[in-house]
Amino acid sequence: MGYRLDFGALAQYLGLFLEGTAVTLGLTAVASALGIGLGIAGAAASHSKYIWVRRLISAYVELIRNTPFIVQMFFIFFGLPSLGLRLSALQAAALAMTVNLTAYAIEIVRAGLEAVPREQSEAGRSMGLRPLLVFVLIVLPQALANVYPALVGQITITMLESAVVSQIAVVDLTHVADFIQSRNFRSFETYLIITLIYLALAVLMRRMLALAGRGLFAGRVR
Amino acid sequence: MTDFTLWDIARNLLLAARWTLLLSGIAFAGGGFFGLVLLVIRTSRYKWARAAVKLYVELFQSTPLLMQLFLVYFGLPMLGIDVSAWLAAAVCLTLYSSAFLTDIWRGCVEAIPRGQWDGSASLGLHFLAQLRLVILPQATRMAIPPTVGFLVQLVKSTALASIVGYHELTKTAQILTNATFQPFVIFGLVALIYFAICYPLTRVSRRLEWQLAKSTR
Repeated sequence: MGYRLDFGALAQYLGLFLEGTAVTLGLTAVASALGIGLGIAGAAASHSKYIWVRRLISAYVELIRNTPFIVQMFFIFFGLPSLGLRLSALQAAALAMTVNLTAYAIEIVRAGLEAVPREQSEAGRSMGLRPLLVFVLIVLPQALANVYPALVGQITITMLESAVVSQIAVVDLTHVADFIQSRNFRSFETYLIITLIYLALAVLMRRMLALAGRGLFAGRVR
Repeated sequence: MTDFTLWDIARNLLLAARWTLLLSGIAFAGGGFFGLVLLVIRTSRYKWARAAVKLYVELFQSTPLLMQLFLVYFGLPMLGIDVSAWLAAAVCLTLYSSAFLTDIWRGCVEAIPRGQWDGSASLGLHFLAQLRLVILPQATRMAIPPTVGFLVQLVKSTALASIVGYHELTKTAQILTNATFQPFVIFGLVALIYFAICYPLTRVSRRLEWQLAKSTR
């Protein structure tokens, strides 16, 4: 056994590591903001009185939840151009992550909405608030507080799954690793370091979002 | 140059789906076995052993599966083991599913009332007999729906094996795309095939969960 681990050769790539981290976090932030926004809209619309709206949303959720993220991304990046929609790798990655997270967010927020007692919206209505205001001011904050931990979990999963976007040449953290190991042939060391960065990001992200949640839903998050 | 008809594409994809199913099956069986061993350790009274399993689970749940695959793929050769893409994927997904399954099952075991442990201990059963005769039979009922649910996640995860070069459904789709330049059709079909595998599992899982909720109410 002549193999020795050698991490020294990686120090010169610090700048690349930082850039990759920024891309990974940036994509996650965009997908989270859009995905949770759309997830709330979708969850609200899944209580629509129109059956076709409900059907459409549930078909979307099932389709996305029962297919792999990488296939969704390949479909968007390689498949959509034949419909005339040509996206850059970065745009395709952001879109794929958003599409994916939206489906899970719809499910999560829907569960949160169902856990809010009916009396809450009845009380709101009886105070003369319009239905939209009842939803935004009374029902939604409670629903989000109910499911906030699940949303945080899903955002973290999205960040970890985004490693796959390196496959369409988005220069994220994983792509940086691919590049470095093709230069120095220290594959294991390179991927080990990158894995540890992902681990640190995931742990920090959960902590920070949990803290943010405590401020956001003061007293409500369990 | 040969022309690919739609049927040629579909047939090749369906044939490739066998390898996706095989990999999922192996990872599930292997993961189930190791998951059970880890579960026993996790519920034992040795604090450091419990902590070790907890750390193991945390590592797999907080790092990308793709990185885990690369580490196995590039790491095993350093131990002197010659790995094919197939072996690396099977080993990695087995470890991955053992971590998730043991975590799911731990939740079910913890949901069993304390009295069941005390009661079986008072009958003179030792730890493994308690688990085997009293706790696990009850926990299994609760564990089946989320376990089937995890199977969906596992089938989807096997798509990443294409990146280290294992020829399953997704890899075959990429090869076919390069040969036919019909990515829209091919990745659409691939999504449908995954859906055809996963959706029934999702339905079964949901139905079992519903039945369980009804019977315990």
